[in-house]
Amino acid sequence: MSKSKTVFIGKNKSFWDRNRRSEGYLLKRKTKSVAISVVRALLLIGMCFMIIQPLLMRFSTGFMVEKDLYDSTIVLVPRDVTLENYQHVFNLTDFPRSMLNTLWTSLLVSVLQVISCTIVGYGFARYEFPLKKFWFACVIMLIVVPPSTIQTALYMNFANFDLFGLVRLFNNGKPINLRTSILPYTIMSLTCMGLKNGLYIFMLRQYFKGVPKSLEEAAYIDGCGTVHTFTKIMLPDAIPTIASCFLFGFVWQWTDLFYSRNFLSTYSIYSVQLSSIVSRMSRYFSADASKAVIIPNARQQQLISIGVLICCIPLIVLYCFTQKTFVKSLTMTGSKE
Amino acid sequence: MNNKHWYDSILDAFRIYIPGNNVYRTMRARSARTGTWFILPFIIGFLIFMAKPMVESFVMSFNDVKLIPGEGYELTPVGINNYKHALMVDPEYNTLLVEEIGQMAINTIATLVVSFVVAVILNQEFKGRTLARAIFFLPVILSSGVLPGIEHENEFYDMMSGLAQSVEESGGVDLSASLQNLLQVSGVGGSVFEVVFTMIDSIYDIVMASGIQIIVFLSGLQAISPSLYEAADVEGCSAWESFWKITFPMVSPLLLVNCIYTIIDFFMKNDNKVMELIYDITYQDMKFGISAAMSWIYFAIALAFIGISSFIISKAVKSYE
Repeated sequence: MSKSKTVFIGKNKSFWDRNRRSEGYLLKRKTKSVAISVVRALLLIGMCFMIIQPLLMRFSTGFMVEKDLYDSTIVLVPRDVTLENYQHVFNLTDFPRSMLNTLWTSLLVSVLQVISCTIVGYGFARYEFPLKKFWFACVIMLIVVPPSTIQTALYMNFANFDLFGLVRLFNNGKPINLRTSILPYTIMSLTCMGLKNGLYIFMLRQYFKGVPKSLEEAAYIDGCGTVHTFTKIMLPDAIPTIASCFLFGFVWQWTDLFYSRNFLSTYSIYSVQLSSIVSRMSRYFSADASKAVIIPNARQQQLISIGVLICCIPLIVLYCFTQKTFVKSLTMTGSKE
Repeated sequence: MNNKHWYDSILDAFRIYIPGNNVYRTMRARSARTGTWFILPFIIGFLIFMAKPMVESFVMSFNDVKLIPGEGYELTPVGINNYKHALMVDPEYNTLLVEEIGQMAINTIATLVVSFVVAVILNQEFKGRTLARAIFFLPVILSSGVLPGIEHENEFYDMMSGLAQSVEESGGVDLSASLQNLLQVSGVGGSVFEVVFTMIDSIYDIVMASGIQIIVFLSGLQAISPSLYEAADVEGCSAWESFWKITFPMVSPLLLVNCIYTIIDFFMKNDNKVMELIYDITYQDMKFGISAAMSWIYFAIALAFIGISSFIISKAVKSYE
């Protein structure tokens, strides 16, 4: 059919005209689609508001003077803006130091975890070896077992570190206490035993499983060894997935309380500081250090919310910059699950 | 590889790892050894930091543990007394356990439903989709680690909603409460609605807990080939039908993944009261045996939950792979 013969009912005719010619179908369809988008918009806006609102609330109450908290005519917009609250929270959480400590430990730990998980995930995805099913079941177990089940034993292990009696042999029959250093947690991260590492192994395995076998074979024929195949062929394509694992690791380590409280107790870590902020507050605000004063509830909440905000802001900034890669790689990994 | 006997695979493993036989030098054996090198870090870590502590903590749960500074600890066998203590003597453990498990069952279902609905919505084309997606993934950050615990414990909203409450008392309407009253007065089954209303009241927690689940569902939705929908459309399928006949069955395998993830996530959360209790008993009261018993009970229940739910889900949905 040539183009001139095609009857376009549209362009220069009005909506109602077209509607009449379609015997009411057009109106029906239009109404339906508008209704759907209105409902969708309402749902989404409502839920987004629910997620954003607490953040906004924290942000605005952070600047309020204590008096403003009790004034019910003040909602969201503070009357007297003050930065004094931030100063208090900085003091309470040992701010610059604890944040820096959190930063470098999170970076170190998540980098180590991602490196080891990538290697292990690759091994699981591309090689056949005896007991593979058993070891993979162990990975699943790593995901499933709550860390609290083994925390006591782990604590003991590191408080009295003794590798099969070897340490005892060289240290005058005494085990050493490793809990005071970051060493145990680095070792754990290197051996994929950190926070949620089973999940990263699983994700990376899923990714590597999807890479075509022919790529590997071509590399083999061209004389590429195992290590080169891994580093030159497999890794470059895996970078989005690895990056998202790294981001997960970083974010979760940043806010983690369990491992930080158990293994990094000698460093001042922000999440640990934040978790005990309430108990230190009353002492901080009393003039006499030995006496505790009662802090009004609203005041406590205000300071805590500032603390939470300080914890979130770096992560949110990081997330904004990496959001695209993050979502893209996740949809890539997920599709193979 | 013809396995005639059950021990053949074990013998094969020995041949692969120990030189001096004809299998050792084959390509298969060589690549198996390379593979083992790759996962070696995991094997070492698992044995030292997972298997060993697990065995130890299991042993501890049947013993009275006494700390000796600088030396380790001493065990005195007490049989199942620790378990008895946890379940019968400890005043809090029982109630908290029941409470948390009930909460978890409701939350898991609600999280699955909410995350699925949100994922379906976010998968559609509309203006501002990128922004909406970005906001919905924020909970991944906001609900991790120390943050939810602190938020809960401190009831930030109590303070802020003080004003709203006073408005309600002076004649305003609390919608969910009045609706609940209305339904109960009109004689609709009370307890069912109570569950529904607690779910509605805790919608914030549920949305905060469903960041990852939304991502997983969304990725599943994007993996569905558009040609399926086109074919259904040509055959005269309505959108509603194609949702139930295509979208739902294609995404349903992910239901299992998400369900397990949700349960695990719930069990490991910081604001989980049982976890708090176990932590306190370990480090404040120094009762290591009892805390080990408590966490083993908790773990067993978690496993049972995961087992039951994966059984139900795998029966209910077929895998289309």
